[in-house]
Amino acid sequence: MSETPMLDELEQGPWPSFVTEMKRAAEKKEAARDLINQLERSYVDRIGHWKHGGIVGVKGYGGGVIGRYSDLPEEFPAVAEFHTFRVNQPSGWFYTTEKLRQLCDVWDKHGSGLTNMHGATGDIILLGAPTSALQPCFDDLAEIGFDLGGSGSDMRTPSCCVGPGRCEYACIDTLDILYDVTMEYQNELHRPMFPYKSKIKISGCANDCVAAVPRSDIAIIGTWRDQIQVDQAAVAQYAAEGFDITGEVIALCPTKCMEYDAAAGTLHIEDSECNRCMHCLNLMSKALRIGKERGATILVGGKAPIVHGAMLSHVIVPFMKMEPPYTEFKELLEKIWDWWDENGKMRERLGELINRLGMRTFLKAVDLPPAPQMIRIPRANPYYFWDPEEVK
Amino acid sequence: MSTKTDFGPPNYKDLLPPVVEQNYGQWKFHERLKPGLLRHVADSGAELYTVRVGSPRLVSTDWIRDVCAIADLYCDGYVRFTSRHNLEFLVSDKDKVEPLMAFLRTQGYSIGGTGHAISNPVHTQGWIHCHTPATDASGIVKAVMDDLHEYFVDTKLPAYCRISLACCLNMCGAVHCSDIAILGIHRKPPKINHEIVQAKCEIPNVIAACPTGAIRPDPKNKSLTVNEDRCMYCGNCYTMCPGMPLADPIGDGVSIWVGGKISSARTPPKFSRLVIPFLPNHPPRWPEVTSAVRNIVEVWASHAHKHERMGEWIERIGWERFFDLSGIPFEVQLIDDFTLASETFRSTPTFKW
Repeated sequence: MSETPMLDELEQGPWPSFVTEMKRAAEKKEAARDLINQLERSYVDRIGHWKHGGIVGVKGYGGGVIGRYSDLPEEFPAVAEFHTFRVNQPSGWFYTTEKLRQLCDVWDKHGSGLTNMHGATGDIILLGAPTSALQPCFDDLAEIGFDLGGSGSDMRTPSCCVGPGRCEYACIDTLDILYDVTMEYQNELHRPMFPYKSKIKISGCANDCVAAVPRSDIAIIGTWRDQIQVDQAAVAQYAAEGFDITGEVIALCPTKCMEYDAAAGTLHIEDSECNRCMHCLNLMSKALRIGKERGATILVGGKAPIVHGAMLSHVIVPFMKMEPPYTEFKELLEKIWDWWDENGKMRERLGELINRLGMRTFLKAVDLPPAPQMIRIPRANPYYFWDPEEVK
Repeated sequence: MSTKTDFGPPNYKDLLPPVVEQNYGQWKFHERLKPGLLRHVADSGAELYTVRVGSPRLVSTDWIRDVCAIADLYCDGYVRFTSRHNLEFLVSDKDKVEPLMAFLRTQGYSIGGTGHAISNPVHTQGWIHCHTPATDASGIVKAVMDDLHEYFVDTKLPAYCRISLACCLNMCGAVHCSDIAILGIHRKPPKINHEIVQAKCEIPNVIAACPTGAIRPDPKNKSLTVNEDRCMYCGNCYTMCPGMPLADPIGDGVSIWVGGKISSARTPPKFSRLVIPFLPNHPPRWPEVTSAVRNIVEVWASHAHKHERMGEWIERIGWERFFDLSGIPFEVQLIDDFTLASETFRSTPTFKW
């Protein structure tokens, strides 16, 4: 009889099975076998069996490797030390098979043969290696051009959407911005020195495929500020093919800035009233294109619940041109980091610090003018401050 | 050998298929030809076909090598992954699309995840590799997606439906803005091990880590005490201090949240809202969780307008109607009592019965 009946059950069914993957790795690696056995034990006990933390790493870096130790090392000795590498992914998760095979060769040599493609932050996750394998594995990763990502209180590995690589909605060159920012801030990525983690995510439009608004301390979202480009012939073609422009597009436009003249077969957009939400472009990509004057909206403060509750990023720069070498963005980023580093308490994310000290203080510190685009609605309470300089 | 450092990730420019390189930033439109198959067309007239397949995310190097062999045959050696951990075969030769899809089917890959579908759930490590989980991640995702597979391989839903899972409140996945979020939770306060607290923990940092101020110093023991009436089991103290474990087979389980949204299309991003405060951990298939998720998907699918995301539908009909239609009992835990609770209370007598 199998020793892992519960996990075996998860090899059934149409969705690809992680258990099958673990078993494939277990044919070659004892660590993968013990990982299965320990997980089966967790399924029986209904509790995790990894110890708390443990600091491990490679020479010259303060992050990028997560220490992980089994709390049942005698029963599952091959996962007694089972540390994780976070490996910085290429922009947009594009790969050649040659590059992926090199990665597999290194990981088959040093680790469990198990990976996450990819982790939640975007890194390639190499799952499970003993302490003694860490430095040799990193040395071999370096040989094939894969560097480590972030962990702990550093700039976490930034990520971006597919952008101009394969998307007509890309208002900014997300792939290049990501690569440029990642290369510029290697020290911040590899050596934790901040109050807590700092995440940067880059989406090419308001569809936000990398969840920059909910998930990043600093979000770059592509947008435009002129007109949506309309191809009226293509609009007419949509109508001729039976697409319900009035029902599916006009009626769902949040700003009601569009009209469709069914008799003439033409679409009119009052661009000054458009908030660029992407709904009409999503539905009529053959007829509508993003504007030509492109840039990004910068938002800050997004995070998951820990410590004081989840937050969505909020606008601090309504529009910024994003052209190499992205100097304006980098200057702002460095001011933000300096202010946060100076004022943030231990484990206080940027959004929580802004909440604690106030947007007024933040905007002054990073030298940004207030704008109505920053808020959803003005305050309803009379508890506001004046600088004594302003009261004369 | 001296190790080099700070050299960064591989340059994406060396990894792009030629059709992408040649039409970079010049894409004109795309269409969804069938579930799992996209066609992007550039201003030049060049075409790129994308075949999307689901991935268990936890994959062996053998799986990666299999994928590489397929990509060499059909895609000139280029593949990419998506932000929801799907795998995408990038095909520039139209004649290879159908043979590729046929081959993928023979190999058991699930083709889909495009358009009005349930895409691959973003999820965390769970019991496989995390030290603070309240549940497993991969196991629940596998069980849920086996059950909802028809919605991955087809596009019969009113809109996208994004399901995400995080195995504790740290939320390594973006679960707080998902159409349906599955979140591992604890229900018992930490059990303090004073010896470990004394040996390994920075007491002021542990006290500061508590969002409700439930932790106080215990000078007599050179340790800490927890006011259990104020503890809501977030696990932050355990993150800071291994002497405060709170995982427990009875206390731990899963909560269900709905109506979140990331994109700004039509309506702004929204947080997911709690609708089921606790379901037990019943591995390997978590039947209470899979049936709760299916119920929510199907109630939404049968009532929402076209293009209406879960949260948009619920805002239109009202939360009281959501509980009515879904048959989910309304429990007191669903009423907020954290810092901004009053913003979620109703201030008008205009509601539905």
